[in-house]
Amino acid sequence: MEILPNITIQHYLWLSTALFALGVFGVLLRRNAILMFMCIELMLNAVNIALVAFSKVHGDTSGQVFVFFIMVVAAAEVAVGLAILMMLYRNLHTTDTDALNNLKG
Amino acid sequence: MSLTEIAFYFLSFLAIFSALAVILSKNPVYSVLYLIVTFFSIAGHYFLMNAQFLAAVHIIVYAGAIMVLFLYVIMMLNLNEEQEEKTKNWVKIAAVVSACSIMLIMVSLISKSTYNMGKAPMAGDAGLVQNLGKVLYKDYLLPFELASVLFLAAMVGAVYLSKKETSKS
Repeated sequence: MEILPNITIQHYLWLSTALFALGVFGVLLRRNAILMFMCIELMLNAVNIALVAFSKVHGDTSGQVFVFFIMVVAAAEVAVGLAILMMLYRNLHTTDTDALNNLKG
Repeated sequence: MSLTEIAFYFLSFLAIFSALAVILSKNPVYSVLYLIVTFFSIAGHYFLMNAQFLAAVHIIVYAGAIMVLFLYVIMMLNLNEEQEEKTKNWVKIAAVVSACSIMLIMVSLISKSTYNMGKAPMAGDAGLVQNLGKVLYKDYLLPFELASVLFLAAMVGAVYLSKKETSKS
């Protein structure tokens, strides 16, 4: 099942997996909330690559419509998330997620 | 090696290395810039897969809107100086182990799958604006309209959340 000459769906899935794992790694490693947001964007984009590759393999446009909707949701998520981050910074004067320990017993 | 193969591998390595640079760079502004490089290489992948509309929308939405939003927030919070994060050592090890195990699970699943056995139709023009628009406005009309409602809600929420609180009494 070749997408391009000599490039199969597996190649795109491996790329997507690598980017997704890097996103997970970043969310777990970094303590800065803005960096964690960026890594979430990275994970969403990894999924988008897989969806577009499958859409290309099956010749079905629906996969690309899903990618379009994922972009819509990601844009809305970033707008609200960054507003929450601004509010957080105004109250705590940091974006370090380790500072958010009010719920800890 | 054909030209498309070279383009695929170049874009893949560019995407992965700049993603790594996003995670590992100390300065948030550099992270944003590397993330823009990642997004451009992903847009290049969309171009390779003949999804021109998605490539254009991806550049406009991500590199044009979302990344500018990130840069504005970093500027307003004045986070552009390098600051050492106090990540504990066991957190670092746990992050590496869990990311590697997710990678391992997915790679083994992909390499063991029998998905690529059949032969699928190859429609080269599935990603053109005309075909995508037809599907979007015929089959996905209701989700499309709901997305606009979602945007309205997100806009109201963002404005409300980032508004400065006036007197509380």
